[in-house]
Amino acid sequence: MTNSKQRQKLILMAAVLVVLLAASMAVDAALPSYHIAIKVIKKATVYALVAVSMNLLNGFTGLFSLGQAGFMLLGAFSYGVLTIPVAKRPGVYQYFDGGAIQFSLPEIFSGFLGDTVGSTVGMLLALLVGGLLAALMAWLIGLPVLRLKSDYLAIATLGFAEILRAFFQWNALGPVTNGSNLLKNYPDFTHATSYIILAGLLVAVIVLLINSTYGRAFKAIRDDEVAAEAMGINLAKHKRMAFIISSFFAGVGGGMLAMYNGTIAAASFKSTMTYEILLIVVIGGIGSISGSVIASFLYIFSSEWLLRGLDSGKFLGINAPGLFKNGFRMAVFSVIIMVIVLFFRRGLMGDRELPDLLDRKPKRRKEAAGK
Amino acid sequence: MLKIENLHVAYGGIQALRGISLEVPDGKIVTLIGANGAGKSTTLRTITGLVKAQSGSILWNDGELLGKPIDHIVSAGIAMSPEGRRVFPDMTVLENLKIGAYLRKDKAEIAKDVQWVYELFPRLEERSWQLAGTLSGGEQQMLAVGRALMSRPKLMMLDEPSLGLAPLVVQDIFSIIGEINRQGVTVLLIEQNANMALKIADQAYVLETGNITISGTGAELLADERVKEAYLGKNG
Repeated sequence: MTNSKQRQKLILMAAVLVVLLAASMAVDAALPSYHIAIKVIKKATVYALVAVSMNLLNGFTGLFSLGQAGFMLLGAFSYGVLTIPVAKRPGVYQYFDGGAIQFSLPEIFSGFLGDTVGSTVGMLLALLVGGLLAALMAWLIGLPVLRLKSDYLAIATLGFAEILRAFFQWNALGPVTNGSNLLKNYPDFTHATSYIILAGLLVAVIVLLINSTYGRAFKAIRDDEVAAEAMGINLAKHKRMAFIISSFFAGVGGGMLAMYNGTIAAASFKSTMTYEILLIVVIGGIGSISGSVIASFLYIFSSEWLLRGLDSGKFLGINAPGLFKNGFRMAVFSVIIMVIVLFFRRGLMGDRELPDLLDRKPKRRKEAAGK
Repeated sequence: MLKIENLHVAYGGIQALRGISLEVPDGKIVTLIGANGAGKSTTLRTITGLVKAQSGSILWNDGELLGKPIDHIVSAGIAMSPEGRRVFPDMTVLENLKIGAYLRKDKAEIAKDVQWVYELFPRLEERSWQLAGTLSGGEQQMLAVGRALMSRPKLMMLDEPSLGLAPLVVQDIFSIIGEINRQGVTVLLIEQNANMALKIADQAYVLETGNITISGTGAELLADERVKEAYLGKNG
């Protein structure tokens, strides 16, 4: 690979990012914030972030973890609890005397930074706290859980997420978590562009990490644990590090999902959510960051928007109220997923990234031919 | 100098090493030959710290290695090219080499050492952007050796570098092992291909079911009747 090729790739990536940003700004300017296009962009961005965080663990470090929903739940609740305006707390925590926490980060920062800047800083800080809490939890459970391998690790993390969900619905925690009632009335970013910039920066951090020495160590552990250990890579330390970092980003993603949804209920962070994200990772390509991002946009776009007509009677101008009714969308969606998996056996991108498409032939095929 | 004394290792209910003692003097090539299951790989794995020993001692320049973590042992200048090559298949050749230098922080020197490995193995340079899993067996063995060299070891341990390779490729690998040794790296070589190994070895040990039964210079063992019979073929 020559330098000019690498420059081409950088230019391509920069161009794609600029186009995306410009497009989202145009959409923001042209459409009202409740428009489905904006909703789709927001949700897809959040899912992209969480999918990339899962890929970091499952695709790059080879640790099959299914705890994503649990870490997202931590992020979501941290965000809600820390950002609901104090005046609205009595209404939200109506069964718990207005709740135990009587401050709101955006309001505190508005006090001395002005409304716009202050509340943005407060919201970002709340997301950060969510991420850190998720990371802390990962640090705690990492030591025992990461001794397990493959399927057993998946089961343990899945169980952890389920326990966490039940725990957050516990009435005794009501003054903080509002028990099984909704958290709501907290602030959101109106523009899709804010979501894209925020998630984009976080994904960029993950990309930098993967291309760093640590990222190489993660990949080495994935490829061959014994050989990695023989190179002097401390397995326990690096697995735990990958687990903590992945959980941090899942936590922030959970906070952003809460933002997007407008309400938080522990009951919605079921294992189904983890499977949805796993599906995105697999469709995009295990071990491909751009694959995860592309797949989450395609996934959210088709499930939330494109195929909606199948539920409501009208799809692509075809009107078939008898056939196209509630639930038919999911049937069609499942068939599409099966077809994709049949034709792209290693996901849409395999383990390549978007810029690698500039290499004329896929790496593997070229080498196989050369042998 | 590496000095092993009375080393006992057991795992999975099997006594793999029953008190072996051997020495690897600086700058020499020492080989350990023996049949399958004699404990050759166990010896290497114990030196690297992948396997825990029951008793005995492994002294490296008079410092005890037993009980030390692997990263400490690699940093101390001992590298291993594992049996069956074990390159990282989904990483490029260059990434594989860089992983070998994982514990080093000196970027400029690492870049120089990549060039050094490429000089030793020009094939690897041609394939530097290829995924290691797509290399041929011989190329993977070169990569495994190159990867181990990237930690800039004083002692290089090779576990069956000839395994599953064509005779011509084996000759290449052995001539490069000689070259590496001439550049000042001490080599501890484990082989089933006793003939090749004894020819380049300064010192040799024969390992049988966890005990060292014969030792001497490479030439002495090549001439030894017992070695000839068991490992070289009577008329070999």
